[in-house]
Amino acid sequence: MSGLSSFISAASERARQTDLLFFSATALSGFIVLLVAGLIIGFSIRYRKNSNASRAELPPPLLREFETGWTLATVLLFVTIFGWASAQGFGAMTPAGEPLQINVVAKQWMWKSEHPGGEREINELHVPADRAILLSMNSQDVIHSFFVPALRIKQDVVPGHTEALSFIADKPGTYALLCAEYCGTQHSKMTGKVIVMEEEDYADWLSHQEADNSLAAQGERLFTTLGCSGCHGHSANVRAPPLENVYGSPVALADGRIVEADDAYLRDSILQPKRDVVAGFKPIMPSFAGRVSEANLLALLAYLKKKPQQEARDD
Amino acid sequence: MREISPLAGIVAEQFDDRGQQRQAAEFGMWIFLGTEVLFFGAIFLGYTLYRMAYPAAFAEAGRETLVLIGSANTAILLTSSLTAALAVKAAEFGRSRLVVRLIAVTIALGLVFLALKGYEYHHDIKSHFVPGDPLFGLSEHAVIFVSFYWAMTGIHAIHMAIGLGAWVVVAILVRRGRVVPDKTNTVEVVGLYWHFVDTIWIFLYPLLYLVGRS
Amino acid sequence: MTDTTADSGAVETAETTDEALGRSYLSASGSTLSSWLFTIDHKRIAILYAISTTVFFFIGGAAATLIRLELLTPAGDLVADDTYNKLFTLHGITMIWFFLVPVIPTTLGNFLVPLMLGARDLAFPRLNLFSWYLNIGGGLLALAAIILGGVDTGWTFYTPFSSFYSNSYVSIAALGVFLTGFSSIATGLNFIVTTHTMRCPGLTWFRLPLFIWANYATSLIMLLATPVLAMALLLIVAERWFGLAIFDPTRGGDPLLFQHLFWFYSHPAVYIMILPGMGVVSEIITCFARRRVFGYTAMVFAILAIAVIGFFVWGHHMFVSGQSSYANLVFSFLSFMVAVPSAIKVFNWTATLFRGRITFEAPMLYALGFVGLFTMGGLTGLFLASVPIDLHVHDTYFVVAHFHYIMVGGMVSAFFGGLHFWWPKITGRLYPERWAQAAAIMMFVGFNTTFFPQYILGYLGMPRRYHAYAPEFQMFHVASTLGAVLLAVAYLMPLFYLGWSLFFGRAASANPWEATGLEWTTASPPPQHNFFSTPVVREEPYNYHPEGTPKDA
Ligand SMILES: [Cu+2]
Ligand SMILES: [Cu+2]
Repeated sequence: MSGLSSFISAASERARQTDLLFFSATALSGFIVLLVAGLIIGFSIRYRKNSNASRAELPPPLLREFETGWTLATVLLFVTIFGWASAQGFGAMTPAGEPLQINVVAKQWMWKSEHPGGEREINELHVPADRAILLSMNSQDVIHSFFVPALRIKQDVVPGHTEALSFIADKPGTYALLCAEYCGTQHSKMTGKVIVMEEEDYADWLSHQEADNSLAAQGERLFTTLGCSGCHGHSANVRAPPLENVYGSPVALADGRIVEADDAYLRDSILQPKRDVVAGFKPIMPSFAGRVSEANLLALLAYLKKKPQQEARDD
Repeated sequence: MREISPLAGIVAEQFDDRGQQRQAAEFGMWIFLGTEVLFFGAIFLGYTLYRMAYPAAFAEAGRETLVLIGSANTAILLTSSLTAALAVKAAEFGRSRLVVRLIAVTIALGLVFLALKGYEYHHDIKSHFVPGDPLFGLSEHAVIFVSFYWAMTGIHAIHMAIGLGAWVVVAILVRRGRVVPDKTNTVEVVGLYWHFVDTIWIFLYPLLYLVGRS
Repeated sequence: MTDTTADSGAVETAETTDEALGRSYLSASGSTLSSWLFTIDHKRIAILYAISTTVFFFIGGAAATLIRLELLTPAGDLVADDTYNKLFTLHGITMIWFFLVPVIPTTLGNFLVPLMLGARDLAFPRLNLFSWYLNIGGGLLALAAIILGGVDTGWTFYTPFSSFYSNSYVSIAALGVFLTGFSSIATGLNFIVTTHTMRCPGLTWFRLPLFIWANYATSLIMLLATPVLAMALLLIVAERWFGLAIFDPTRGGDPLLFQHLFWFYSHPAVYIMILPGMGVVSEIITCFARRRVFGYTAMVFAILAIAVIGFFVWGHHMFVSGQSSYANLVFSFLSFMVAVPSAIKVFNWTATLFRGRITFEAPMLYALGFVGLFTMGGLTGLFLASVPIDLHVHDTYFVVAHFHYIMVGGMVSAFFGGLHFWWPKITGRLYPERWAQAAAIMMFVGFNTTFFPQYILGYLGMPRRYHAYAPEFQMFHVASTLGAVLLAVAYLMPLFYLGWSLFFGRAASANPWEATGLEWTTASPPPQHNFFSTPVVREEPYNYHPEGTPKDA
């Protein structure tokens, strides 16, 4: 990223249209402000206490005409701006062509993305230029907002909703990616880059990424989609035992026993959480028996075995 | 300090006459009830939206409420509205002792309502009909209905308790002669509030007890 | 305009009768602490509110100072991130709910509504006192939340952050806001009933001063919007305490429902904050231009239109939250329409100056400043009402600048204008004019220096609520902080010279500005029961004569 241009350069047709609308509105507003200020200052001077300007009343019909006049002018002006703005808003809604769909997951406090081939990134998003991109976004915890100033777009990512955001960037470069919806302690650190590349550079970049379809990676996705991270994640509000380095380590239970967290123990804890409750925690975890398939259970276990490295990368 | 209570049968000094005072008191209560409509309106709106989103879960959870107690409570509240209305009528004719008696009956009915409601809550907690209960046994979105059930009945119960408190105060004031029933409209104003709280229940009853049972 | 005329002869009569009939409200029922804490006199309650809102203003201001200092440098180095988040939450909660929302209605409004109506008090004096205690109770809860460790949700309390993720004292703060909401409702109810039932003889609806109309409309909004906020906050508390699931996405709840409920209150709340200011400005501009307000009827309907349309525009806060684009279209259109009556008001104030006989005492400087800053705030509101622009500037400093222009540039200017205008009436003392004019000008300059750069920051893409930011933005933040220093000094000045005037200021006559309006027909400060005899109104409001002051008004 270099300087203000990573924020303010307009990297899409839509961004340039928004600029046009914005600067036209600014010019118009500037004119109105100057008009009002000019009238106030002009009247203040002309009708100051000791001036000998006429104070005679104007005829009431004339006053009424003034009033109707500026009311109508205001309505007309506002409707015009509204019409222009909405026309642009609706025009921008349907990007042409089959879009490239990229999944984005927002969580406190990072942006994760996954390309169609399984290539994954954190706090970076590489996209090809001149191609419709459709972001399909989910949040793991609170509301975040995907904001790329250079594209003049922003979309809240509300947990429980899958939000779509599409754009066509046409100017290769590196642009700021920000979280615009306040999301907790490190909200201001939830930033990244959007790297717009020429089509062939993007293909080249893709070929150097390795798609992570390992069992552990699937498990990590399940860890969030099943809601485990809602309590066991390190920023969760509900108090639940942390799972970093849990595999193979001794665990003190509420009834005083100490067991080793092996495959069998972890499996039981998912399916029958009330049985071996960890000391110091309330038995509030629901059972996942019947809600998680055997294959998924294996994936989860694979993820838990790998968890320390994973989290270290996150922080 | 002004020592004259506006609750006494005398015109408070900011008012010109008794008519103005009555008008202000009644108008004030109506406006307050208007704000209450919006207060409850917010949660009714939420209920409606979620019920459209999760009709099956709402029907399932709705069948778990204790319809017998809910129905009994509906009857009890309607009766209390009647006695409250009679108290207002009695007040118009200046029958102080009758007013006190009718208010007492209203209060008693209200207490029975709350007692039954308390029993019902006790039962709900025992059978894990509580959001956040780890043994909550219903299907996925039923917890939303249960959340509304507790929020709506809880807030209604608080309103009932406030109404009962107001009745107690009015009864004491009438009994001591501090409120002269046919000179002020205190009884009428509290009656308005009581009818409003009953009306809310009339809406809650089908939404919480009859849903899923048709 | 009334049976007690406003010219100097009548003033003397008023003063002599004052001695004959009774002392002012300030001394009539003693000066013990309990004579104040248990007073049911609307004028004394206004003073209680003036003290409490001033305290909250300076608490919120202290938080703002720390925020501005933190933002001097791009790195988050002055305070930790959590502390910063708690600071802007504290700033928002205290400024909005404990200063901006109550301040004009409960101080100037409480004092003036009965006086302007020719009434002896509000309809429900005890409820009025009770509302102050509710406000204080709510304020103490909010302060308790801060002392215990703070709240970090922002004043918007968005779920699920506020309900399940924040580890701060959200519930206590939310209950504090809930309580003060009831205080708003009580005040609004009192004003509406009083305006309906207690107008003095001859005071028909279309003879009411615009200040009354503004407070009337404000009260309507308080009554109809506040309960919805109350329910939303109550549900957040219930989610935190009892595990309710209504806004919890992990169990099928929808966080957007909270946003709808929240903005159903909080957009109209903007008008709770600005309408009373418009009322104040209408009183001041007419008085110092010596002219009847231009288009009185249009002004009244503009006030009512703002209050009504204001209820249907809340969705403009949710353009980027995944709301359907048709909903966006409707909310966008209505947001443009709600600006029309505001524009009419700006033009009418300007036109009131035409052929006036204008003088520039401090209240007038504040009022003219209000018109300018409100115009800028209102116009940038149209930017935000346009969906494509909002997609870019939503949740950036552009929004921060916009609402500060309305609420601080507009509302706070109006409050200071009103405070100076009615200061002689409230205290019976004249404030030092030169100092007041200097403070007014400093406030205007300081305000623009602080907030204009924030428009630019916003368009450049600086999000709000950022503890640390990209170094590219620093020069704008430095300018903003320098302006804030000026602004802080300007806000502190009245504390000193107004305080000074309480003890050393010259005694004010009943009508030092030669203003119309019933409040100026009684003594300064007014006697305990406001008037010596019930006034009778025979004329339209704002019967000013720019051609010269007639002797027989
Ligand atoms: Cu975020
Ligand atoms: Cu708004």
